[in-house]
Amino acid sequence: MGIRIALAGNPNCGKTTLFNALTGSNQFVGNWPGVTVEYKEGKYKGDKEVTIVDLPGIYSLSPYTLEEVVSRNYLIDEKPDAIINVIDGTNLERNLYLTTQIVELGIPVVIAINMMDVVEKNGDKIYAKKLSEEIGVPVIEISALKNRGLKEIVDAAVKAGKEANPQSPKHRFDGSVEHALAHIEELCLHNIDDENVQRWYSIKLFERDEKIQEKLGLSSDVIEHIEKDIKSCEKEMDDDSESIITGERYNYIGTIINGCVKKAAKGLTTSDKIDQIVTNRFLALPIFAVVMFIVYYVSVTTVGSWATDWANDGVFGDGWHLFAIGSKAYTEAADEYTANQLIVDGYDLIVEETGAEPTGEFEYPVEDEETAAVEYEKATLDDYEAAKAYVESNEEPDPANYGVWIPGIPVFVEAGLDAINCNDVVKGLILDGIVAGVGAVLGFVPQILVLFIFLAFLEACGYMARVAFIMDRIFRKFGLSGKSFIPMLIGTGCGIPGIMASRTIENDRDRKMTIMTTTFIPCGAKLPFIAMVAGAIFGGAAWVAPSAYFLGIFAIITSGIMLKKTKMFAGDPAPFVMELPAYHWPTVGNVLRSMWERGWSFIKKAGTIILLSTIVVWFCTFFGVVDGAFTMLEEDQIDHSILAAIGKALAWIFIPLGFGDWEATVASITGLVAKENIVGTLAIIYGASGDVYETMRSAFTNASGFAFLAFNLLCAPCFAAMGAIKREMNNTKWFWRAIGYQCGFAWVIGLIIYQVGKVFTGEGFTFGTIFGLAAICCLIYGLVRKDKYNK
Amino acid sequence: MRTLKDVNVGETVNVTKLNGEGAVKRRIMDMGITKGVEIYVRKIAPLGDPVEITVRGYELSVRKADAEMIVVE
Repeated sequence: MGIRIALAGNPNCGKTTLFNALTGSNQFVGNWPGVTVEYKEGKYKGDKEVTIVDLPGIYSLSPYTLEEVVSRNYLIDEKPDAIINVIDGTNLERNLYLTTQIVELGIPVVIAINMMDVVEKNGDKIYAKKLSEEIGVPVIEISALKNRGLKEIVDAAVKAGKEANPQSPKHRFDGSVEHALAHIEELCLHNIDDENVQRWYSIKLFERDEKIQEKLGLSSDVIEHIEKDIKSCEKEMDDDSESIITGERYNYIGTIINGCVKKAAKGLTTSDKIDQIVTNRFLALPIFAVVMFIVYYVSVTTVGSWATDWANDGVFGDGWHLFAIGSKAYTEAADEYTANQLIVDGYDLIVEETGAEPTGEFEYPVEDEETAAVEYEKATLDDYEAAKAYVESNEEPDPANYGVWIPGIPVFVEAGLDAINCNDVVKGLILDGIVAGVGAVLGFVPQILVLFIFLAFLEACGYMARVAFIMDRIFRKFGLSGKSFIPMLIGTGCGIPGIMASRTIENDRDRKMTIMTTTFIPCGAKLPFIAMVAGAIFGGAAWVAPSAYFLGIFAIITSGIMLKKTKMFAGDPAPFVMELPAYHWPTVGNVLRSMWERGWSFIKKAGTIILLSTIVVWFCTFFGVVDGAFTMLEEDQIDHSILAAIGKALAWIFIPLGFGDWEATVASITGLVAKENIVGTLAIIYGASGDVYETMRSAFTNASGFAFLAFNLLCAPCFAAMGAIKREMNNTKWFWRAIGYQCGFAWVIGLIIYQVGKVFTGEGFTFGTIFGLAAICCLIYGLVRKDKYNK
Repeated sequence: MRTLKDVNVGETVNVTKLNGEGAVKRRIMDMGITKGVEIYVRKIAPLGDPVEITVRGYELSVRKADAEMIVVE
């Protein structure tokens, strides 16, 4: 028969390190049913019959936080054979508070005093035997980090589990409390066999724990009766029942702890010294800025962007040069060839259009690949001759001739499909649907992993708690946590790791709010689109790009304030009392493991939605009806596609926003695959009838153009980011709430910009302006209305 | 009535009473801030809020709004 052992303890007590040390790679990580709280289970390395369950880090077994409810439900309902209560030896007093509650559950407990290496280094002394006598359970000194006492603790837990003879808690409350507890037990708990469990329930009922009242299905009569007992006790003790119990537990710990611990004379610890500098009044913000810069620079600008480019353009693109050897030489050669080719093409174009060769200096178009902007450059006839000679005497450079060229997966797959004469539909499905979809999932993984190394490090070393400490004042005004800063910062690079970074926020509401608002910040993929709108519609005005960022920040702030007051974010106000753990150097193994767990959960949970939606959009883009027959389309036949039909059907939604034509609608839809696709789609659609930018300028006014920009920046992010949202919300309802809110908010902002913008761009006051003003009023109402759900 | 919010950095005080109720109060008490406990105010965050305190031998960050519930002497 297998034995199940639960690990329980405070956050930062080294529980995860112990769990990793005990189970090695035999782990299963998931979620507790229906909630975002993580569930971890593993087999003990030394004995596969022993299963170890890692409970969330908790301070108490109160009914107020998700982690605590999950933990206590597991302990009461699933009844593991034994509990290892992990305790931070450097902070016995507060850690033992949870212990006093755990020993009341009627499950055998053994205590593991962790971080003994640090305790000894500090010169402190813990008398384990004395503590064991006081509490009435085995106490073993361990150090999970140094692999000390691990076998002993598991052996002790297995032994306790097999004996199945749970301790009776030695702690007794004040006389009048015990009196009330006895009454409660007699009144409604006598049918529970286990005396310990009886006592546990009676304490919870004494605390007026509504979740337990519900669970026991007590009638209102009984509850009223209990209430009388509680009231008389409260009157006697002059405090409310919960405070009486909590206070008594801490008092009890106070009485036993003096005999069990001897603290060395206290100087400043290393951690204290670090903290004096790191959260110093004057240095804190500069240091914070430097740390954030490093995180951003490495995980977004440099390593992260190389990793993403490599994964997207290399592995899931044409290919890449091994170790980048030859990459530079190839780029230079290719650039030179392209520059010459452009001159020759420009010359040919003039010949084609005018029927005559240019006689002197002529202009030729140069298109920017990212933004589809076209610029004209001048060339002389001599330039043309030189370019022509170059193009004729050189072949187009082939990357395979430089260094070690590794073709991308699509190239391999295409070659394979060609070899078996695969038909175009299947080939398209596999290449543009499936391979591109898998690429969209995996392309972001390297960057995510880079970021997760940082996050794991910052969390494990203790700085993450300080980030919340430093930034709390600003962010809590918008219903966010100080830790929301990191998701938002990373979100300027890419929303996917940004959303994933919200994992570090403990508070459920803060986290959900952060997930919902992070993608309002323009990410890297939105930049080409912003540049395109700026160039095509606003003549390259410099204010467009910054305005996109201001719009993002505005959206986060207003959303935070409005959402915080809605019913879905209502609930008991959670106070921000946060432990600032001592700084310590994390182990490489734990950092890497955390990185991998989170990265893998992205692939697993976000992958499906990304893959499926990419395939659906591919199908809608490349299939349609031409001349009465349903067929596969070429790229430039997008106006015949199913997507265009959908665009035409949905375009009316955007009429109030000024861009109610199918072109803009289709571009917005393809933007869901990846935001930079908006540029490509618009280039195809508008490019069919001449210059892309000119056609686009004629299709939009200033007001509708900016509304179009705003809508696409704020609405639902790309599928990959939606996948991340789905994974982090871990709840379908909340996922749709987030996407629905983002789209709705984007629509309202677009409406305001277009309808009110028209007044300022010379179109004057129209009927629609009233709606624009009404929308502003609604927004203001949402911001200032009284918060009736929270205090 | 003096609360934790009014305590200066570097001061040590004793908790005499906790106002408030429900989840907020319970959470504060769960973290070890109970009647009679000694609190040392270590520092204030660079932006003026929250405050960092030492209680029962460890460091805790408390918002001023919540600190207002903690009556001290």
